[in-house]
Amino acid sequence: MAEDREPPPLPGVPEPQDAEDLFVSAMEDAERSLSPEDISSSSNGPKAEPMLLDHDPDDLFAEATEEVSLDSPERQMILSDGPSPAITPVTINPRADVFDRSPDQDEDDEENRDTFDIQISVSDPEKVGDGMNAYMVYKVTTKTSLSIFIRDEVCVKRRFSDFLGLHSKLASKYIHMGYIVPPAPEKSIVGMTKVKVGKEDLSSVEFVEKRRSALERYLLRTVKQPALLKDPDVLQFLESSEVPSHVSYGDVILSNTYCFILKHARCYYHHLDEVFVCSCIKWFEEKQQQFENLDVQLRKLHASVESLVFHRKELSVNTASFAKSAAMLGNSEDHTALSRALSQLAEVEEKIDQLHQDQACADFYLISELLGDYVRLITAVKGVFDQRMKTWAKCQDAQVMLQRKREAEAKLQHANKPDKLQQAKDEIREWEGKVQQGERDFEQISKNIRREVGRFEKDRVKDFRVVIIKYLESLVHTQQQLIKYWEAFLPEAKAIA
Amino acid sequence: MTGPYSCCSCIVFVHSVSVDLNNDASLVIDIPDALCERDKVKFTVHTKTTLSSFQKPEYSVQRQHEDFIWLHDTIVETEEYAGLIIPPAPPKPDFEGPREKMHKLGEGESSMTKEEYAKMKQELEAEYLAVFKKTVQVHEVFLQRLSSHPMFRKDRNFQIFLEYDQDLTVRRKNAKEMFGGFFKNMVKSADEVLISGVKEVDEFFEQEKNFLLDYSSKIKDATAKAEKMTRSHKNVADDYNHISGALNNIAADNNTAFKKHLEKCAEVFEKLRVSISKVEDRMASDQELKLTELLRYYTRDIQAAKDLLYRRARALADYENSNKALDKARLKGKDVAQAEENQKQCLQKFDKLSESGKKELTSFKARRVVAFRKNLIEMTELEIKHAKNSVSLLQGSIEVLKSN
Repeated sequence: MAEDREPPPLPGVPEPQDAEDLFVSAMEDAERSLSPEDISSSSNGPKAEPMLLDHDPDDLFAEATEEVSLDSPERQMILSDGPSPAITPVTINPRADVFDRSPDQDEDDEENRDTFDIQISVSDPEKVGDGMNAYMVYKVTTKTSLSIFIRDEVCVKRRFSDFLGLHSKLASKYIHMGYIVPPAPEKSIVGMTKVKVGKEDLSSVEFVEKRRSALERYLLRTVKQPALLKDPDVLQFLESSEVPSHVSYGDVILSNTYCFILKHARCYYHHLDEVFVCSCIKWFEEKQQQFENLDVQLRKLHASVESLVFHRKELSVNTASFAKSAAMLGNSEDHTALSRALSQLAEVEEKIDQLHQDQACADFYLISELLGDYVRLITAVKGVFDQRMKTWAKCQDAQVMLQRKREAEAKLQHANKPDKLQQAKDEIREWEGKVQQGERDFEQISKNIRREVGRFEKDRVKDFRVVIIKYLESLVHTQQQLIKYWEAFLPEAKAIA
Repeated sequence: MTGPYSCCSCIVFVHSVSVDLNNDASLVIDIPDALCERDKVKFTVHTKTTLSSFQKPEYSVQRQHEDFIWLHDTIVETEEYAGLIIPPAPPKPDFEGPREKMHKLGEGESSMTKEEYAKMKQELEAEYLAVFKKTVQVHEVFLQRLSSHPMFRKDRNFQIFLEYDQDLTVRRKNAKEMFGGFFKNMVKSADEVLISGVKEVDEFFEQEKNFLLDYSSKIKDATAKAEKMTRSHKNVADDYNHISGALNNIAADNNTAFKKHLEKCAEVFEKLRVSISKVEDRMASDQELKLTELLRYYTRDIQAAKDLLYRRARALADYENSNKALDKARLKGKDVAQAEENQKQCLQKFDKLSESGKKELTSFKARRVVAFRKNLIEMTELEIKHAKNSVSLLQGSIEVLKSN
């Protein structure tokens, strides 16, 4: 399929189009812009990622910031009135042609793209600044052989709010289309305040480590999503040596896209294929229920694991305390051999205490934090389902609107007011267009969700299995150490005479 | 009392896990099983003997915990045994833990699935069994200490305890009225002060006194810490149980996703439950049985040794007082003969206590060392066994998961 693609236009090169074509292609563009991974897939045009910097049309080519705007059709309709035919949004990323794909492609095809060769690590937390304005900066290292990246290995410095900014951008772009965007790690005022204030104690060290680990998992999960991996925001985040400005582009886009949805997601329902919708609905209902159940169960599991971590930490403390007590008892014991054995027992218990501590770490980082992530992910998934329902609700509303317009037109027909009639006819055409658009949006979001959910399930189970295996291996290691310690102690016990 | 254990009977076959007290074949005692009816535990005490003083060579009787206490108290209050270390009384069977759980089970029955209920019931049974094992062991050891001691085994009340085929309740009540527990009413807290205050001429007893006072506080502390450690361990095992239950629920419900991508997951999770949760639980119980119980027992035994020192110290104080009285009598020239007699008796008593006390304390040390050795070895071997078991089960599960 790649052969059918036209190469995307290079930045700064306008494409000639006349006004009518612009409108048509804008409609198609809007459709395609709903699936940004499909950047250059359509043979219909030059469509690539439209740009939105600010609302000044002159600045359209000023800076190549990689923003995807679903606002594009509206903008294009506005812009098409302008003198320059070259107000065509431009591809920022010529390297994006690696991921040519139409959304209609089979789910499995995507899964088979197993050349997932990218490693990300978050490390070296550094405190910058002092007092309440201080913040932690993390080193983000990306190692990859994927060609969308400029270099094989790249290191950048990012702070926590940069991660949050990335997430909000991705969320605004993709959630309402049915993509599952991994949630960002949670903010923590208490934790950060301690770090800012400069408390170098164990809890703030633990907090920074917890956060570092969470940020790493977040990035890995984000790039695992094929759509997100190609997203220019993600690429910039990983590669650009400049810290992205803290003006939240996300906010601007967010408001624009919502406007778009509200205005244009009124569609005439009966255009949708009845059969498709029916089977879809059943699938969606089932899936939604499944996710509700999974949510409840994961929370229960998470609670149990947190309890495990707590109790194991307690066990470690109690073992250490017993070890000390056994050592004292050994000192007090006047039978020499028994005294020695008791001291040895104390040493064994100390070692076991250390084992417990390490195991508790594994419990926590491998399982507990992961489950916490999953619980939040499921919430994101449920959010995506909700989006679909919202889209559909607006679809329904739009029927009414169109009907009203039709009725209004009918009335005007008899009232003999030609200019108003023309206006009404125009409005009807406008609304029919919007209805069609809404239908397509709904189709699109449903398709996306189906695919996302399928991939999500497969990935989650894969993740899950990998983590369980790792965890079991850590348990095996602990038990083997236990065996070693006790086997060393046995002759000591036997030597008591 | 409603619930799954309103009337249960648990047959517990317990191999004596204490010191080899059944060495002498002339009098062999064990508790082969016990019954639990509501709150009361009924122990079956089984005796095999070649001694002619007993009516039959072999027999079994039913005894309650209170009967053991009666026996212990009568022995303590027997003047003859003042110079001996009296085996500590077994503590009351404590089913508080399982009882709480049973209540929870009864209350939550309606809100649980059948599997959850069955699992909790299993847990409960295991806990009951563990408490049983402990209490049977400690009652058995008490009797065996008596039977293996040259003086106690001849005790008349002991024989009645072993032989009398009727309920001992009536006897118990009479005994209480007779003795009135006068010894118990004495201020026991004066122990330490009295013992440490005594001017000791005998090197042996001086050493023993210092050792026992120090050791007693250390072993009490070690027992408390061991108990805490064991409890934490059990909590961890419990958590694993809940975790595997939760995993099972997830696997069962969201079966489409899991079934497609993770076959035989129910099997795997069940195996995990066995390999992790059950093993941790067994490790914790065995550690408790061998280590914590050992420490508990010897805390009590050390106290019994201290009691002996106390009695001896008292006898010494009495002797010193009698000396003073004799001097006073001689000075006054009145009741000298009586005072002399008193002094002689006090000295005799003190000497007897010292002599038998020395023997007792020496054999006590030997006994303690043997017991520690045995239990430490057994505990270590069990921990190794469980850990190895766990490793092979875990590796099996890892194989299954990897091959998926």
